[in-house]
Amino acid sequence: MFGLDDFPWLTAMIAVPVVAAVVIWLVKPLRRIARPLGLVVSLVVLGAAVVMATGFDLGAADQVQFSTTASWIAALGVSYDVGVNGLGLAMVLLAAFLVPVVLVAAWREVRAPESAPDDAVALVNRQAGFVALVLILLGLMVLVFAARDLFLFYLAFEAMLFPVYFLIGIFGGPQRRAASIKFLIYSLTGGLIMLAGLIVVFTQTWGDPQGMRLDNLTDVFAGNPTTQFWVFLTFFIAFAIKAPMVPVHTWLPDAAAQATPGTSTLLVGVLDKVGTFAMIGILLPLFPGASAQAAPVIMVLAVISIIYGGLLAIGQNDLMRMIAFTSVSHFGFIVLGIFAGTQTAMVGSMIYMLAHGVTTAALFLIAGFLIQRGHSADMRSYSGMQRVTPVLAGTFLFAGLSALALPGLSGFVPEYLVLLGSYEVHPAWGVAAVIGVVLSALYILMAYQRVFTGPVTGQVEGVAEPEGLPVRRTLPDLVVREKALLVPVGLAIVFLGVYPAPVLDLLSSVADSFAAILGSA
Amino acid sequence: MDTVNLAWLLVAIPLASATLLLLLGRASDRWGHWLGLLSSAVPAVLAIVILAEMLGVSDGERSVRVHMFDWITAGDFTVRAGLLVDPLSITFALLITVVGTLIHLYSVGYMAQDPDRRRFFAYLNLFVASMLVLVLGDSFALLFVGWEGVGLASYLLIGFWNQRSDYAVAAKKAFIMNRVGDMGMLVAMMAMFATFGSVDYETVFNAVPGTNEGVLTVIGLVLLLAACGKSAQVPLQAWLGDAMAGPTPVSALIHAATMVTAGVYLIVRSGAIFEAAPAAQLVVVIVGAVTLLFGAIVGTSKDDIKKALAASTMSQIGYMVLAAGLGPVGYAFAIFHLVTHGFFKAGLFLGAGSVMHAMNDDVNMRQFGALRTVMKVTWVTFALGWLAILGVPPFSGFWSKDLIIEAAFSGTGWQPWVFGGAALLGAGITALYMSRLYFMTFHGKARWHLPAQQGPGPERDPKEVGWTMTVPMIILAAGSVALGLVLYQGVPFLGFLESVTGTEAPDPVLPRWLLITLTMVLVVLGALIAFREFAVRDVPLEAPRGSALTRAARADLYGDTINETLVMRPGQVLTRTLVATDRGAVDGAVHGVARMTGALGQSLRKLQSGYARNYAATMVIGVIVVLVLVLATRV
Repeated sequence: MFGLDDFPWLTAMIAVPVVAAVVIWLVKPLRRIARPLGLVVSLVVLGAAVVMATGFDLGAADQVQFSTTASWIAALGVSYDVGVNGLGLAMVLLAAFLVPVVLVAAWREVRAPESAPDDAVALVNRQAGFVALVLILLGLMVLVFAARDLFLFYLAFEAMLFPVYFLIGIFGGPQRRAASIKFLIYSLTGGLIMLAGLIVVFTQTWGDPQGMRLDNLTDVFAGNPTTQFWVFLTFFIAFAIKAPMVPVHTWLPDAAAQATPGTSTLLVGVLDKVGTFAMIGILLPLFPGASAQAAPVIMVLAVISIIYGGLLAIGQNDLMRMIAFTSVSHFGFIVLGIFAGTQTAMVGSMIYMLAHGVTTAALFLIAGFLIQRGHSADMRSYSGMQRVTPVLAGTFLFAGLSALALPGLSGFVPEYLVLLGSYEVHPAWGVAAVIGVVLSALYILMAYQRVFTGPVTGQVEGVAEPEGLPVRRTLPDLVVREKALLVPVGLAIVFLGVYPAPVLDLLSSVADSFAAILGSA
Repeated sequence: MDTVNLAWLLVAIPLASATLLLLLGRASDRWGHWLGLLSSAVPAVLAIVILAEMLGVSDGERSVRVHMFDWITAGDFTVRAGLLVDPLSITFALLITVVGTLIHLYSVGYMAQDPDRRRFFAYLNLFVASMLVLVLGDSFALLFVGWEGVGLASYLLIGFWNQRSDYAVAAKKAFIMNRVGDMGMLVAMMAMFATFGSVDYETVFNAVPGTNEGVLTVIGLVLLLAACGKSAQVPLQAWLGDAMAGPTPVSALIHAATMVTAGVYLIVRSGAIFEAAPAAQLVVVIVGAVTLLFGAIVGTSKDDIKKALAASTMSQIGYMVLAAGLGPVGYAFAIFHLVTHGFFKAGLFLGAGSVMHAMNDDVNMRQFGALRTVMKVTWVTFALGWLAILGVPPFSGFWSKDLIIEAAFSGTGWQPWVFGGAALLGAGITALYMSRLYFMTFHGKARWHLPAQQGPGPERDPKEVGWTMTVPMIILAAGSVALGLVLYQGVPFLGFLESVTGTEAPDPVLPRWLLITLTMVLVVLGALIAFREFAVRDVPLEAPRGSALTRAARADLYGDTINETLVMRPGQVLTRTLVATDRGAVDGAVHGVARMTGALGQSLRKLQSGYARNYAATMVIGVIVVLVLVLATRV
């Protein structure tokens, strides 16, 4: 018998979904049951993540645990090295938690192609394709959060783009092609810039067969501040595009508006966190001097993101674009907390990544339910939906309140900690960031007002209806499947809001060690 | 086991009930209102038991902290979810649960015809739970939880009939303006954490002595901002009038008796900070004095019975804020007035709701008149509330308001004359607008049956309302009559509070008898003017154009206009410009950079047709080339 620690949990969680995806796609009879099969696989991965978490040593949460190391391309110093500290574990759990939710949400989301709406085979193929892509993405997400080798991380970082590219480009809305290409161009540009930096790192570690292991790269350019700064910059740009920060955010609203709600959930809820995750896990330990040097500027950019994202969210008519811009604002808070350099702000940023994941998932999915019914993402085509679909309205408001950081829901504690921790070192930026609190109330409540309140009349599907005809009364409220998948998300939102202590315990020592890097540099 | 250790049930019971009613939905429609009522009544009983227990111990042992669980633990920053049960918080808890229970009972009748009555009770329970967290929490963080929670409940209840767009707008407006105040609360906590390393009451207040006065002044001022938002004080007053869109029991409970007084609670609770920051304290007094006159002037012009009462609430809270700004000389008086006001103003609002029921939900007092003949209970209970708010001895308001006027006249220099004068003048104007309201509604000629006033809908046939509505009105009226006297003369209520608030005897610059006489003269004068205009003479059905001041008062002294000009319109222009530039400039610039960097000199059209694949391929090839190069040079 082996103990919990001996089993290569992370490797299994990477391999199982990827292999399952390939099998589902290649073994044609399986395509018919792709959806339940995919759900089972994702639940197995979630189960594995939970079991693994129970074996995690909280007392050493700042240490990398569940490590698996194997030599890979020794000539380049590249190894297969996976493992997680408290933050990595939290992110893996988030990814594993959201994938089954998304698969259930997308149960009926994937439709037959427009060219052959009645083609049952094509429908099955598309459904199987969707499930396979999501499973591949799951494996890559686990890999990217667990990678302890810089090159391995880079590969996962780039490889993730392709399933997302196809998820947007094949299953999205009318402008999906343009949106998916925009996404790819932005991401590849970031990746390419990072590659330049990566090559410089290669030259530095030349000859060491394990040179690219993150543990061996700590402060790799200690003796050369100029090189350090430029390499730092290449990585930072890639992560800022991913995060996304103003002004390299413009791909996100388009992608979120065109992708299916499930894809948007994974994209914004998990994938974008790779940017902020890497800022903590890679930028700070590898380039401590440059990070400290750039921190004041980055904090300004973060505050700009908070306010700019909030104002843009207020100005949107498209519900999905609105949610995307709220995330730009929220990512501003996360980045602000990372570079403030205090433990309070850092732990705030870390739990923010989780909280934002579940909140934004709820928002995207519920908005998706609405759009499925009303066939429009334009808020102006709705009115009085609270009277028509009260449960949908209530759940949207609930998720929205979490997004506007109402105490008791998941959004509050992270934002609070980031604000307290940032003010400690930079009062002006802390106070400026507080404006985000009013903006968030505005964008959420304005959206609620436009869609859910007012008289039950108006337009559906962009076609003018005869005055006063209560068309939308016929729109159905949430069905059992939709309610059921919101239950775990809702519970997570309440849990993170009311009793975040266990999660904070998991993250505190990690936050301490990373915040200390910036503090002492 | 001490009952005080069960104080968490005060919060848990209404919260559980609210959750249950919301989750069960229509399934609980039949009994939801009774569960809601019970979930307010049980905490009321519990609060009374805790009070009794507290009275059994000596002054020094009356403050008890009840630890529930660790809420936020982030390294050296900890916020415990804990309750502080002391004379101040138990006073509030009693006010909230007792008045709350009466209003729940009233709502059973008031909302009987509403298909969403169950949801209404869920929100009311949510409010009670949040408000109790606000007053019972033992740190600024917990206070903030309740603070935002009552804001949410207020939003939900103002917008309860949000199928009307203007009601939905009113709800949003209230929440946003409160959020502006909440920024103050957050900045205050940020500054506290930076200065004291904690947001816990005990730690913060103990650390105040020896802290830089400038820091404390800033903290005091941002706390005041928060208080202004929640308590509708100038300059964040503009939401309260619109908040009358909510069902009338909501106006009574949230927008008169309890939530809007949270700002007063905050200032009194943070007394240690304000006392060490005299500049901030002075601003508090100024805000209170300005608002008490502002609300009173607005109140004289309103024909909408609820908006007139709302203006009155604003003005009365102005009195409390003024008293709270005076320091230990005023704290206990502020809370005393808060309690008596909670009773008589809730009673007045319930009376107004009962009148609205009789008038097919009309609120225009110009179409009321002579209702004393058809609604005896409403009339008598309302009249008692009216006498109480006027401050006629021996009714409740007399005791509490008189003390505030005395305290306002205390001190040295110009301040007692200005602030005392404002408080005195306010008493006169209060008598004017409240008597106007009372006479227009219950006296004079009946104007509700005039044919011209019959809109669509059934003919008006005013009758007294049912027992669920009259019983709470009667109990609150009894409070309007006797509560002031009992608390002042019967039981040592002020002394009970002073173990928390400290004390200092007022030393007015004018003798006490003279102040009382002056107040009474002004009150009688105000009432007489109103009597002549609105009881003796006929009230015109259309409001006369009025003087410039009347028109300004009708427009809420242009509060909305100022906000719209200074904040809303510039904000809209900024947002629109940014939305336009985001697509044009930011996106365009990034596109431009992208085109330059990657030899993407081709047209965007080509870029969108398969270029990405080439690009990706190029990247893969690039990686391979680099790897080969690296490997080659290694040899």
